[in-house]
Amino acid sequence: MAGLSRSDVEHVAHLARLGMTAEELDRLQGELNHILEQYMKLAELDTETIPPTAQTIELENILRDDVPTPSLSQAAVLGNAPAREGEFVIVPPILGGDAG
Amino acid sequence: MDTDLTRLLAREMAALLRSGETTSRALAEAHLEVAQRQNHALNAWLVIDREGALRQADAADAVLASARRDGPAALVALHPLHGIPVGLKDLICVEGGQCTAGSRILAGYRAPYDAHIVERLRAAGAVFLGKTNMDEFAMGSSNEYSAYGPVSNPWDLDTVPGGSSGGSAAAVAAYHVPLSLGTDTGGSIRQPAALCGVVGMKPTYGRVSRYGIVAFASSLDQIGPFARDVRDAAALLHAVAGRDARDSTSAPVPVEDELLHLPDGDDEAVAWLRGKRLGLPREYFVAGMDPDVERRIHESVTFLVDAGAAVEEVSLPHTDYGLATYYIVAPAEASANLARYDGVRYGLSRRLEGGDFIADYLATRGEGFGAEVKRRVMLGTYALSAGYYDAFYLKAQKVRTLIKRDFDEIFASGIDALVAPTSPSVAFRFGAKTSDPVAMYLADACTLPVNMAGLPGISIPCGLSEGLPVGLQLIGPAWSELMLFRAARAFEGLTAAATWRGLEPAQLAEADDPAGPTPAERAAALAGSA
Repeated sequence: MAGLSRSDVEHVAHLARLGMTAEELDRLQGELNHILEQYMKLAELDTETIPPTAQTIELENILRDDVPTPSLSQAAVLGNAPAREGEFVIVPPILGGDAG
Repeated sequence: MDTDLTRLLAREMAALLRSGETTSRALAEAHLEVAQRQNHALNAWLVIDREGALRQADAADAVLASARRDGPAALVALHPLHGIPVGLKDLICVEGGQCTAGSRILAGYRAPYDAHIVERLRAAGAVFLGKTNMDEFAMGSSNEYSAYGPVSNPWDLDTVPGGSSGGSAAAVAAYHVPLSLGTDTGGSIRQPAALCGVVGMKPTYGRVSRYGIVAFASSLDQIGPFARDVRDAAALLHAVAGRDARDSTSAPVPVEDELLHLPDGDDEAVAWLRGKRLGLPREYFVAGMDPDVERRIHESVTFLVDAGAAVEEVSLPHTDYGLATYYIVAPAEASANLARYDGVRYGLSRRLEGGDFIADYLATRGEGFGAEVKRRVMLGTYALSAGYYDAFYLKAQKVRTLIKRDFDEIFASGIDALVAPTSPSVAFRFGAKTSDPVAMYLADACTLPVNMAGLPGISIPCGLSEGLPVGLQLIGPAWSELMLFRAARAFEGLTAAATWRGLEPAQLAEADDPAGPTPAERAAALAGSA
């Protein structure tokens, strides 16, 4: 696999929603490529027939009893919201046009 | 008397509380005094909650007084941690308190509820001294990636305490608390325990509920104890372990009460070793390992053999692939977990003019996350992105299977536990590894395969190298914490008379100097002279 180009790094940064300066992106390009080189070691292993491991303990279908329990209060939940109006969290507009 | 109290083990404090020779308030005040005096030099604490700790201590004393009136049985029935000061890594939610996870993005956040382990400790009557410093989002092996400054190692203030639970380890080593809790995703309890000369355990994945803990990599994260000896560490694990319906990955596996009754006598502890089969994995003696650390491990093995354990060299052939596997799986999971920091519901928030919500996210996250977190979120996003998922993430999950099978086969062959170094080196100087991410990642080469396999591991002090602590790591099969504590207790008994056992961290006196340099100033001075 070829290394990450500068525009690849910018693309991934955008996917990850990380705003960064040109210097940060420059440094990351070198660092990420250095780390990706370490990943290449895994290509030595033939894993064609090996199943993947996503978790190490065999717990399946763990469900809680369907019993209503008290939730956090509205005040507790809203307490950390950076922008509020009454009982609402103010979110950034996601549709263009009239939203301000 | 006050300064002496901090030198006691938790169970010694518990005995004095029951006999009426001290009070929880006296314990809290003594520990608060040391923690507050030394935090300038160590920066182990992000919060020292004097008011809250004294309030909890007074409540604990009231319960003690009432138990004393009810008679000896009521005193015995009190939890072993009743009235004992405990430190909590600052990614553990305590209702109403800060929980920064070492990040700017959570500055000002107030936890709306208690973590499960906090509920358990409250019920036990423990006293929360404060929140300990850590690498941002638990990503790091030196505590230098905290947004709130580095932590000094009390053995040498120019060196790191390890990470990511560096504050929890340093606080226990420096007698600020007898006990603390941390988290371990790739070594973040065991490696700082080794570098600070204390006991630290990462339990089996699923042993402790993570409800109320800031997530880093959800298939790897586990909570565990720090203490100054094995019995104290076992008691703290006992207090927090067990199934919790609010964490579906916490397992319904019984937590043995024998954790509270490890042998007091050294001879009895050592006798446990007779006939046990211990494996020495050759791949853990990696190239580039500090030769003096390797000598300490081999000396430790000699002690174990002399006590009647059968130690044999074994092979975990996929160990060498652990680092690459870990640095795909953990960042991938982190990139998903950290997507929640969007500046909308909580945490740092930047709203730009113009109403472009993507621009708001970019600004919030660009400003809120530090360099290492950005690196890992970038790696994880890339490894999960279209076209690369199979080559990176799926491949890593398959290699993870091979790493886990290595351990499964060794334990199936009759090996009781593995003996290995915890860290390839002793505590290193500030700045020694920050310029090369891969060099920092290698600090966890001996610990992260254990997380990949979901197994328990414990680090215990096994001597010094050039005046700095060396940690011995014991690794067991899933749910074998009790056996690991017995093995660790046996090693403690074997080395009870060793001269290094009685030594305190060498620079505690320097840490008392209110005019001395802070860890950040030490790091800057070292960077300037390099």
